[in-house]
Amino acid sequence: MAKMATREAYGRALVELGREDERVVVLDADLSKSTKTEYFAREFPHRFFNMGIAEQNLMGTAAGLALCGKVPFASSFAIFATGRAFEQVRNSIAYPRLNVKIAASHAGITVGEDGASHQSVEDIALMRALPNMTVIVPADAVETRQAVFAAARHEGPVYLRLGRMGVPVLYYEDYRFQIGKAHRLRRGRDATILACGYMVTLALEAARNLEAEGLSVGVLNVSTIKPLDRQAVVEAARETGALVTAEEHSIIGGLGSAVAEVLAEEYPVPLRRVGLRDTFGESGSPEELLAKYGLSVANIEKNVREVLLQK
Amino acid sequence: MHWLQDLEEKARLIRRDIVTMIGAAGSGHPGGSLSAVEIVTALYFHIMRLDPQNPDWPDRDRFILSKGHAAPLLYAALAHRGYFRREELLTLRKLGSRLQGHPDRKSLPGVEMSTGSLGQGLSVANGIALAGRLDGRPYRVYVLLGDGELEEGMVWEAAMAAAHYKLDRVTAFIDHNGLQIDGPIREVLSPEPIAAKFRAFGWEVLTIDGHDFGQIIGAVEEAKKIKGRPTAIVAETVKGKGVGFMEHQVGWHGVAPKPEEVERALEELEGGKGRG
Ligand SMILES: Cc1ncc(C[n+]2csc(CCOP(=O)(O)OP(=O)(O)O)c2C)c(N)n1
Ligand SMILES: [Mg+2]
Repeated sequence: MAKMATREAYGRALVELGREDERVVVLDADLSKSTKTEYFAREFPHRFFNMGIAEQNLMGTAAGLALCGKVPFASSFAIFATGRAFEQVRNSIAYPRLNVKIAASHAGITVGEDGASHQSVEDIALMRALPNMTVIVPADAVETRQAVFAAARHEGPVYLRLGRMGVPVLYYEDYRFQIGKAHRLRRGRDATILACGYMVTLALEAARNLEAEGLSVGVLNVSTIKPLDRQAVVEAARETGALVTAEEHSIIGGLGSAVAEVLAEEYPVPLRRVGLRDTFGESGSPEELLAKYGLSVANIEKNVREVLLQK
Repeated sequence: MHWLQDLEEKARLIRRDIVTMIGAAGSGHPGGSLSAVEIVTALYFHIMRLDPQNPDWPDRDRFILSKGHAAPLLYAALAHRGYFRREELLTLRKLGSRLQGHPDRKSLPGVEMSTGSLGQGLSVANGIALAGRLDGRPYRVYVLLGDGELEEGMVWEAAMAAAHYKLDRVTAFIDHNGLQIDGPIREVLSPEPIAAKFRAFGWEVLTIDGHDFGQIIGAVEEAKKIKGRPTAIVAETVKGKGVGFMEHQVGWHGVAPKPEEVERALEELEGGKGRG
């Protein structure tokens, strides 16, 4: 299967978008080679602003550009965009409901060798808690491109979570991403895995393996974490009676929490959450880290078997 | 000098409204609202190109109140300039009011940006200036910062960026009243020397008496002529200016006057006694 990092797809999509939409401007914080905004910078140098290693000012500047009708894409690593500049995002973007798209790469532990300081495992929780904020975690390159265009069409702040590592391309080009709609990749009767980002790839593999054991397991790509597709979550709960979530993020505050909230209020069924269990990451290769922290096909399968025992 | 008398009179009326509305609200920030009355009055009634009937006019000059706790001053100026009726000033800080405790751009026309968390306004002004340059629009951007606010690191990120991007349409007023919440800025955590710092960051710097309309307007005229770099106007001011018992008092930073104190203040701000 062809592979591409979602940050790479983001960089390419931005150029396409920039050709169509004069209003699009891009800001980066000395990481344009990594976030791939360098492609946009090369083609549209006058619409690209390198703000240096100053993420707080970057967010405030993006807010000012948005006030004047621009559609700013503000990029850095996820940890710095949402962590260092959290309060700027809150007070100068989310509260005034400004049309800023925060597109952050290097989310999660697949950052790898750089270690815990650079591995954002709480950014979804932070962004999801903000009123007015839309939170999108694309699963592959095709969905990323779609999400970039959807974010630009959407009026209001968006957080777009991107990864460093190359991930399989799951979708055909004719796939249509819609903000707020989960996408069912596989139907099941016994349980459903709800995943986002790279975990969608692993969830599909887990579901195939479980099928060989005689279990019918559905897979939902929940690429919009907020607004969450509550209907899809409840439907999955009703149809299969047991859910497993999988995310490259802490189980506190991310996709697993969002799904748990809906189940608790609307349709309680057994749930297991795969994700980082209240811990930071560390240095290592992405593969090693995924295995060590349970973000693996085997661990997803294990959680499906366990949740079935609770049914 | 008819225009000067008009401005003095506006400033007096705005001071009265600030005291009255904070008194009615029972909370708010009189000291830092009063210290910047001349700056904001000069901007709204003499300097900026605005159209209150058309608050979103794309070519309008912008004002960002980075020290958002001086919201009563901004509201009073907007009301006097005709953005909304003066009676609404008395809804300050009340449930459902468009006059939020700190400015909210979504609720009130004329408020360019939601502020209140210190340190963020200059960055926003920079973004507005960059957009204006991209779009070839002529407007200028004015931003008002507190002197204590300069302790925020983000201000200096923005100062660096404004110089780097040669944002000569940005003019930052520093309300140099010498006080913050816990005491004099020099004792809490000194941001001094302020003028030298901005100069070192690549800015043009002018120091003026922040209660003198002639100096305020003159400084802005000078700033308009400066090409290739932003201008900081360090305005020497008195916190609580115009209300004797509030002047120079740390204690009046964020405390509302009681009804009898409002009365005393208004007596002092009566017309016909020269400058308030
Ligand atoms: C980020 C942030 N920290 C703290 C506060 C609380 N606060 C409100 S006003 C103020 C003092 C401001 O002093 P200064 O900038 O000198 O304002 P002025 O004297 O003009 O009122 C503080 C600490 C805040 N509003 N924002
Ligand atoms: Mg002060």
